[in-house]
Amino acid sequence: MTRLTIPKTYKLYIGGKFPRSESGRSYEVRAADGAFLANASLASRKDARDAVVAARAAVSGWAGATAYNRGQVLYRVAEVLEGRREQFAQEIAASEGVSVADARRQVDAAIDTWVWYAGWADKFVQVAGAGNPVAGPFFNLSVPEPTGVVAVVAPQGEASLLGLVRVVAPALVAGNAVVVVPDEAHPLSAISLAEVLATSDLPGGVVNVLTGSPAELAPWLASHADVNALDLAGAGQLEWVDLDISAADTLKRVLRPEPGVPAASLDRVLAYTETKTVWHTKSLI
Amino acid sequence: MTMQTTALAPAERAVRLLGGDLTERSLRQYLEGLSGVDAVGLEQRAEGLATRSIKTSSKAWALDRIIELIDLTTLEGADTPGKVRSLVAKAITPDATDPSTPRVAAVCVYGDMVPAAVEALGAAHGDPDDGLVSVAAVATAFPSGRASLAVKLADTRDAVAAGADEIDMVIDRGAFLAGNYGRVFEQIVAVKEACRRDDGTFASLKVILETGELNTYDNVRRASWLSILAGGDFIKTSTGKVAPAATLPVTLLMLEAVRDWHRLTGEYVGVKPAGGIRASKDAVRYLVTVAETVGEQWLQPHLFRFGASSLLNDVLLQRQKLRTGHYSGPDYVTID
Repeated sequence: MTRLTIPKTYKLYIGGKFPRSESGRSYEVRAADGAFLANASLASRKDARDAVVAARAAVSGWAGATAYNRGQVLYRVAEVLEGRREQFAQEIAASEGVSVADARRQVDAAIDTWVWYAGWADKFVQVAGAGNPVAGPFFNLSVPEPTGVVAVVAPQGEASLLGLVRVVAPALVAGNAVVVVPDEAHPLSAISLAEVLATSDLPGGVVNVLTGSPAELAPWLASHADVNALDLAGAGQLEWVDLDISAADTLKRVLRPEPGVPAASLDRVLAYTETKTVWHTKSLI
Repeated sequence: MTMQTTALAPAERAVRLLGGDLTERSLRQYLEGLSGVDAVGLEQRAEGLATRSIKTSSKAWALDRIIELIDLTTLEGADTPGKVRSLVAKAITPDATDPSTPRVAAVCVYGDMVPAAVEALGAAHGDPDDGLVSVAAVATAFPSGRASLAVKLADTRDAVAAGADEIDMVIDRGAFLAGNYGRVFEQIVAVKEACRRDDGTFASLKVILETGELNTYDNVRRASWLSILAGGDFIKTSTGKVAPAATLPVTLLMLEAVRDWHRLTGEYVGVKPAGGIRASKDAVRYLVTVAETVGEQWLQPHLFRFGASSLLNDVLLQRQKLRTGHYSGPDYVTID
């Protein structure tokens, strides 16, 4: 017996909920061969505004969680992702036109990335922090602290899941909250990842996913006064110099575009941290 | 605009409307003779008014007008003179990054904080029509109103003597719900009399109905008329201490009472929704409701106010967005 196909209409992921775009707009997601796959919400600047508000509200809780706890939550994301491996593989194969075997390899790499970054959560402070030598009876300690709200343009056009994970996971390690614009042409894995995040232990608002046009959304995020850092990883095709200039108005941290999928690296974790140095008197022991 | 209300002696309105022998019975007959409220129609009307889209220059006008209509409020047990001073500083200069930002209409504090507010305002203390800031004080055993009349009157006189320009009183909801309208009426009349200053002028009296405790729209309508008849200069929805506080349908209903009173007598009575209005978008809906119900002439500080604390920050963020073209954040307004 033949079954009717169920074409899905996906929504955004803001503040732990799945709202429609405020604008009511959506766009068609098509497979590599042009076949209709699903409808996705086309986020507007007001959705971006709402996402930043949700992210800001989530920062204190996420940054205030213990490093060990953050690591566990990130590891849990990898576990849930592992459980839905086949769904991701099928979506990627259909959407990007790669073989299912290639798609599985991409999902595995994405899961490995989550695990790798989860491990850093309670270790990066030991690597990036320091007990500084000072000429006086003081402890002088430098510790990295999260920057705050990070807006991300995910890599566009290739490896939609892996590219997304390689930019989102490192920002979460230190305790930042993220507003991410995923791959415009292949948003399915981003939406499914949002479902994974919603059903793992990540607090609502820590990651917000705005499917839609990076060209439309990025300028609003770059100029938004309540965004603290801007990752332009996938903005190479945009007027990213303008974005960089606009981000400078409010002294944002900016990571400039890079071709392809960024490698997993500690540098991406430390890019979204601010160093706090404290002096404390040595008392008699 | 001439404020005919303040010139009248208390209860004169009721005598004019109900005749010389004002009794509990005639008051009850009048209030219970008011037509019932069509709840579905009222809520639909409010919902319809809330869908208006206000953009660009109208929005800029609305935001400035909202600021001019705000009673910037702090009503906490933990209020200190220092907190009142910082509230006053914000009332005088809401946005230090933009000197064109208008001042709020008034600061609203507990009675014992009135001297602190008056002192902090200094030369900026005065009529909002002149670009100055008034001092409003809550009185009469706010927020519950559970005290003897003598205590309520002393509370009111204290605040007026300390320099309060406006008194926000609460009605005795217990008496009202028990059907004891005469008691509520007499208390409002007595408090109005206690608002009299030594020079014979009156502090403006806002009567808080606490609609969240009145249960039905019919009760809100009766309480509105009762408060107007007893001489209230303003009718105010809520204390902000009870949920639900101000809602659009309740405010619409109170505006209708004020409108009908104006048609009947030509007098102007103000309305103040208070509590729960935090977003500019909500406040704009109230402006639309006022303009559509009683007319734009009501959008001035002597006839309409917002009782709010966090609303101001949201309006300032919206103003900054309009001015700079990009979204602003809570780091760019003062925390209070």
